[in-house]
Amino acid sequence: MKFLILAAATLAVFPAFPSFAQDVQGRNLAAGCAICHGTEGRAVTRDVVPLAGLPKEHIVTQMKAFRDGTRPATVMHQIAKGYSDSQIDALAAWFAAQKR
Amino acid sequence: MKRRDFLKLAGAVSMAGCASAVPSRARVVVIGGGFGGATAAKYLRLWDPSIDVVLVERENAFTSCPISNLVLAGYSSMQEISHGYDALRRHGVQVVNDEAVAIDATKKTVRLGRGGDIAYERLIVSPGVDFNFGEVQGYETAMNAGRVLHAWRAGPQTLALRTQLEQMRDGGVYVLSIPQAPYRCPPGPYERASMVAAYFKQAKPRSKVLVLDANPDVTSKAGLFKAAWKDLYPGILEYRGNAKAVGIDAASSTVKLEVEDVKGDVLNVIPPQRAGNIAQQAGLITTNNRWCDVDWRTMESKAAPGVHVLGDATLSAPAMPKSASMANNHAKIAAAAIVEILGGRTPAPMQILNTCYSFVSQKEAIRVSSVHAWDEKDRTLKALPGGGVSAARSEAEGTYAWSWARTIWADSFG
Repeated sequence: MKFLILAAATLAVFPAFPSFAQDVQGRNLAAGCAICHGTEGRAVTRDVVPLAGLPKEHIVTQMKAFRDGTRPATVMHQIAKGYSDSQIDALAAWFAAQKR
Repeated sequence: MKRRDFLKLAGAVSMAGCASAVPSRARVVVIGGGFGGATAAKYLRLWDPSIDVVLVERENAFTSCPISNLVLAGYSSMQEISHGYDALRRHGVQVVNDEAVAIDATKKTVRLGRGGDIAYERLIVSPGVDFNFGEVQGYETAMNAGRVLHAWRAGPQTLALRTQLEQMRDGGVYVLSIPQAPYRCPPGPYERASMVAAYFKQAKPRSKVLVLDANPDVTSKAGLFKAAWKDLYPGILEYRGNAKAVGIDAASSTVKLEVEDVKGDVLNVIPPQRAGNIAQQAGLITTNNRWCDVDWRTMESKAAPGVHVLGDATLSAPAMPKSASMANNHAKIAAAAIVEILGGRTPAPMQILNTCYSFVSQKEAIRVSSVHAWDEKDRTLKALPGGGVSAARSEAEGTYAWSWARTIWADSFG
């Protein structure tokens, strides 16, 4: 209980505190995706997958499937080749933490 | 300037040169509200709401070059490609409707056209391109007489070109002249040729599109464009490489090439380009009298510390096009770096990506994509292996092209 209160207080004081390096890395990688998937992964059209709030494991699995060619695509098979496992992990964790 | 902007800004303007009055909130001034500047202003506010962001933009609304070629064909409208700045105001950006006429990088101030200086901690300059009209003899005279258009900055010229195409007789010739690369939007001229050909095919089938390219060959998505032209517009669209426009004669409606003259009914000559006027005026141009070199980890100018340059005005990194997607991504590099710098931290290099769609008919599009990462050895952003173009033109790519346009408009201006 004390932990929960402390956690809540920490969140209130430091909303998205930018020096959490992992968070910033995920946020910065995810920012590029926004040109097609919307700001913070909130999709603007029904033609693309809304990434905000998707489970992290799902994003990781799909990105790797695009990258190795097991999931066919019009564009993502090319884009995904630019991202390492750890980059995919960071951006997936960041999208998973966003409000839908 | 709107009255409420003036009132909010009154403090900022009077403060210039008076160090003791600098507010505790760091101020970032952004010059230019296109894909680069608008995105930077928005993302600075998203990523650090403690930063005071002032956007200086001379127009009341932004007109998007992407999709503007569809307006020429009648497949989109000026209204659809226009985007106001109210959404940025809701993000807490102070939008000042004025022109930045001078930068003092030592005093860290920006002078406004209607008077007054704004002080900044960090400055972002996203000026787009201006034109070297002087490289095409007679251009400005012909333009002022209404005999040639570029429509390479979307706006009144887009509408004027649409009107000229509508008024042209069936059997007329539309001449599109392309400057030597680099210029804004490498595939843009070829999309435009396709859109005008699509319009002629449907409305004026005896008319011709004549493409005069100063480059030896199509500079972007060449195979896909040429296949579309062969399949869709035989007898309508003719392409000539190594055909550089050196002059225009308004009286005879002629484009002068190095070795011959070409007559047309509608002349659409895209002039050679350089970084926008304010970049030139402020001494930010570093290369070939045209472009602004930057540190690709922060977008900071190589010519002026504390000044970040974005978008088409930059000396492009290898294999990096001057595109809306790139300008939007440059803005995110600058925003992230400025948040870190103002917080006393060292920014880490960012990885960014480009995606450019081009329509080749009303519904079909083609695409090129690439991912760009910092190369420590060569100290620039480099395209990673894996990027490429569409397998073929398709309606699916057309659907994604529209989705991309609506989404990047929202990401930059929404």
